[in-house]
Formats: sequence, structure tokens, C-alpha cells
Amino acid sequence: MALLRRRHREQPEAAPRRGGAPIVELKDVTKVYPGGHLALERISLAVGRGEFLFLVGPTGCGKSTLIKLLIRELDPTEGEVRIAGRNIGALPESKIPYLRRNVGTVFQDFKLLPNRTVYDNVAYALQVIGAGRAEIREKVPQTLRLVGLSTKVHNYPDQLSGGEQQRVSIARAFVNHPPLLLADEPSGNLDPVTSIGIMQLLYRINRTGTTVLVVTHDREMVDKMRRRVIELYEGRIIRDETGGGYTEESTSDFGMRMRAEMGVGPEGHTNGEPEGL
Amino acid sequence: MSRLWFFILEAFRALRRNAAPSMAAVVTTIVTVILLGVLIPVFQTTQGKSEEVRDQLELKVFLYDDATRAETDSLRQEIEGIPHVKSIDYVTKAEALAILEERLKDPNVLRELNTNPLPASFNVKPDDAANLESVRQALTPPDSSGTPQPISPIIDTVKDSREEAGKIEQVTGALKLVLTVITALLVVASLMLVGNTIRLSVYARRREVEVMRLVGATRWFIRWPFMIEGVVVGFAGSLVAILILWLGKVTIVDPLSDSFALVAAQDSMSFTLLISILFAAAIAVSAIGSGVTLRRFLRV
Repeated sequence: MALLRRRHREQPEAAPRRGGAPIVELKDVTKVYPGGHLALERISLAVGRGEFLFLVGPTGCGKSTLIKLLIRELDPTEGEVRIAGRNIGALPESKIPYLRRNVGTVFQDFKLLPNRTVYDNVAYALQVIGAGRAEIREKVPQTLRLVGLSTKVHNYPDQLSGGEQQRVSIARAFVNHPPLLLADEPSGNLDPVTSIGIMQLLYRINRTGTTVLVVTHDREMVDKMRRRVIELYEGRIIRDETGGGYTEESTSDFGMRMRAEMGVGPEGHTNGEPEGL
Repeated sequence: MSRLWFFILEAFRALRRNAAPSMAAVVTTIVTVILLGVLIPVFQTTQGKSEEVRDQLELKVFLYDDATRAETDSLRQEIEGIPHVKSIDYVTKAEALAILEERLKDPNVLRELNTNPLPASFNVKPDDAANLESVRQALTPPDSSGTPQPISPIIDTVKDSREEAGKIEQVTGALKLVLTVITALLVVASLMLVGNTIRLSVYARRREVEVMRLVGATRWFIRWPFMIEGVVVGFAGSLVAILILWLGKVTIVDPLSDSFALVAAQDSMSFTLLISILFAAAIAVSAIGSGVTLRRFLRV
């Protein structure tokens, strides 16, 4: 516990782990929904580049609202949201798509396009940014290999299991290598074994230098991850602490440790998990 | 260029994958185009008919029996010089009698008269029913005391069909109004029908649109495939409809028009022009319809 470092709300800019402006910065953000429900109250936090952090809290504490603010699906009632140093509230509406291309988002309900195959779902994220055919043909299979779905390339989403659909969703969010990846309850509907697989995958993505922010209500899992955890309760940050020491472990060590701590055998099914990067 | 190709492929993929709503949109377009294709010529024919009735309005200038040929000729020239006069016919006493004879069931009534009591007359047609009054004014300008005086001493009276003209104006005006309203309502109804069908097919995919927005697609990137889809639906629908209209014209209308004058009056608008307008309108409506409907779902 000696390595545990408290972050105070009063000094949100304290020590982003790697240099430069924090990739995510919230300053006194308040969100009140029409009708008066206070979802977030004066939230300030900073996330450094390359961090792998968790946002936890019970249902209705404002986690999803926070994610929606980061991709400007919602506007804050007060305060400022900065991504890579830019105040996204000041972006004209026509520039929002460009913001979203740099923030990969994994949704709890996957949000896959039902009329497209796994391949086309992932390719869509590249088509959106105007990528050429050669680039798509190179990156899509590569990313699908990364998430362990090489054999399901031509399946439609409704032919996949929940864990597989979540992997497609992650592949789509990551295919154009955004600097920031948000995952809203990525393991919310999945069993523990599959969840660990998903977490391991997110960690692998984090190891490529991408900042990964995972929203979850699964505190048990988060405590075992030993990463920075921000806990929200009724719209306020009640905990922001960093569990150090494990930041440099390899992906397979991470997976093994997680399986051991969660009481799942290493031979447990791995969803076609390939070897580390 | 590869973008355009991508959008076209996307549009066809959507059509294939949403076969039922797409079919509904095509069928609606077919019905609407057929409806308009029948209604517009009917509207135009009726319009033409009422014009014809208005054309029959004229002023009758009755002459004294003692008018000489020279006086008659000079009056004719004078009337021809009046603005808004379209045509002028001279009806001799004998011709007037013949016309009357024709109208009577029993021509013997006239024989018993021995003399011809009917005056010779000029039938003066104005270029438009609305100008009837101004022509009458020119024929009988009011003098200093305000009573109308004929422009020539040989004019007995000018038969003023103002009342009849007014009535015909009223009737044709009402007829025109009714038909215009009906046509306008039907056009609006068809537009809404097509619009609604498109709405449904877009609505069925609103989640998909939302996902596209969240992945970072710009509005036009999402909109183009939908608009191309609209163009394809409009094209297919109006093509079928025009084929049906053409078959109807060849098998039903054309044979009839040989025997019925009313149907023949349909030449008010050429078939080619009609179908080109319908074709363009159908495509434009369904393309713009899909684009506009999308707006609501693009707000994410």
C-alpha cells in the first residue's frame, strides 16, 4: 500500500503518468439532465497518456454520463471537458465526427451494425475516415487477429456470442488506432471467464500506447486489476487511487494473474485468444 | 470516385437487406405516379373545355337594314381596329334566317312571315372573355351625358352578353377551383404517402444511423447512401408506373379518342413531357424525402 497514491480533486492536473497534456481532463464538470436529475457534480479529473484506468460505481452514479460527455453525445451543463488539451465543448457540431474518430468507444450493448458481417463492421470505422481499400484490407484482418476473431470474419453479429460481439466492438473501436479508447461496461453482460479475456484484450491494446478507460460496476474485478481506479457515487468522485507495481507486466502475465486471482484455471477457455502482441 | 462507388454499394446493400420496406416504397411510388399520371391529363382536359366555353362568348352588333355595303365595310375595318378583338364575322340577313331556321323545330313558322325580320350583324369575338366589356365600351363609347352612343350610325344595338359572360365566368371559375383543389390535395396526399413510406424504412434503421454517428461518420457520409437509395426507389417505381400508364394509353385511351372528342382533347400535354416530369418528380421526392427524414436521427 506504500505505492498507493491519492489524487485529490483539488489538484486534478497532478502528475499525468507520461509527459504532455493529459489526454482527458475534466474541470468542474456538472451535468444536470432536463427534469433536474443531477448526474455529475463538479467532477475534476485528469488522465495521462498511456494510462489504463477504471471508473467504478453503482448503477446510476454517472459513469455512463461521463462517457457520453467524452464523445460529446451529451454536453456538460457546466465546466469543461478537454481531450488532448482541446476543449471539446467549443467544437462546432460539424467537427464532432472527427473527435469520435480519435476516441474509440466500446459500448455495453456492442452497438454493432446488424446488417454487416464482422469484417464490414470493423471496416466501417475505416471507411468513415476515408481510408483506402488497401489500408482496409490490411488493417481489418490484422485487428480481427488481435481480438481473436480471425475465424468469424464473415459471420453476422447475431451469429456470435456476447463475448465475440464485444470483441468485434473492441476491434472496431481500435482499428484506426485512436489515442484514447473508452469501454462502457465491456464485460457487463459476460461471464467471468469471458470478462477476463476482454480485460486482457483491453490491456493488450493499452500496451500499444493507447489510453484505455474502462467503466464497470464490477468492483471485485477492478480491485484485482491493481490499476488506477476512480470511484463515483451519486455524481461525485469518492475515490481516486493508483495501484502501482503492475504497470509493466506482460499481457500473458496479466491474464495468468487475473485468472489466478479470480479463481479461474489457466486452462479455462480463452475465446480463441491468440498469443500476446 | 471510390467514395461514390462506396455510397452506391452501400445503397444497394441496404435495399437488399431491407427488402420489405424497400418494396413498400417502390409500390407506393408506382401507385402515386399512376394516380398523378391519370389525374394531370384529366385536369388539363377540363381546363381546356372551360377555355372552349369561354371562347364562345361574343358581342353581337346588329345593323340597320338600310346600311350600305360601303358603310358596312368601313365599320368592319373600324371594329377590327379595336384592341382585344380577336375575330369578326359578318352575318347577313339571309344567313341569320338560315341559322334561326336550323334552330327551330318547325321551319314553316318562318315561311309564313313573308319578310325577313332579322337584321344583319357583326359577331365580334374578344381575345379573352374578360375583355368583352372593354370591347363593348369601344363600340358604344358614352357621350357627354353618359349614355352610350354607337360609333357608327348604321349600328342599331350592341347585344351585350355581359350577364351570360358573368355566369359562364362563375361556372368555369368554380369548376377550375374545385379541380385545382382536388388536384392539389391529391398531390399533397401522394407526397405525404411517399414521404411516410420512406420515413418508415429510415425509422427501421434509426439505430444503425445512431451507431454510425457514434463511430464518427459525418452526416453526409450517412446521408448519401440513403439518398441514392431514394433515387433507386424513385427510379424503379416510376419506371414501372410509366410502363403501366403507357399500356393504358395505348390499349384504352387511344382507341377511344378516335370516337370521342373529349378524350382527344387530351393533347393538351404530350405524353412524353408528362412522363418525364413524373419521372423526375418521383426520383427527386424519394431522394430528398430520405435525406430530410434522416435529419431527425442524425442529431446524436
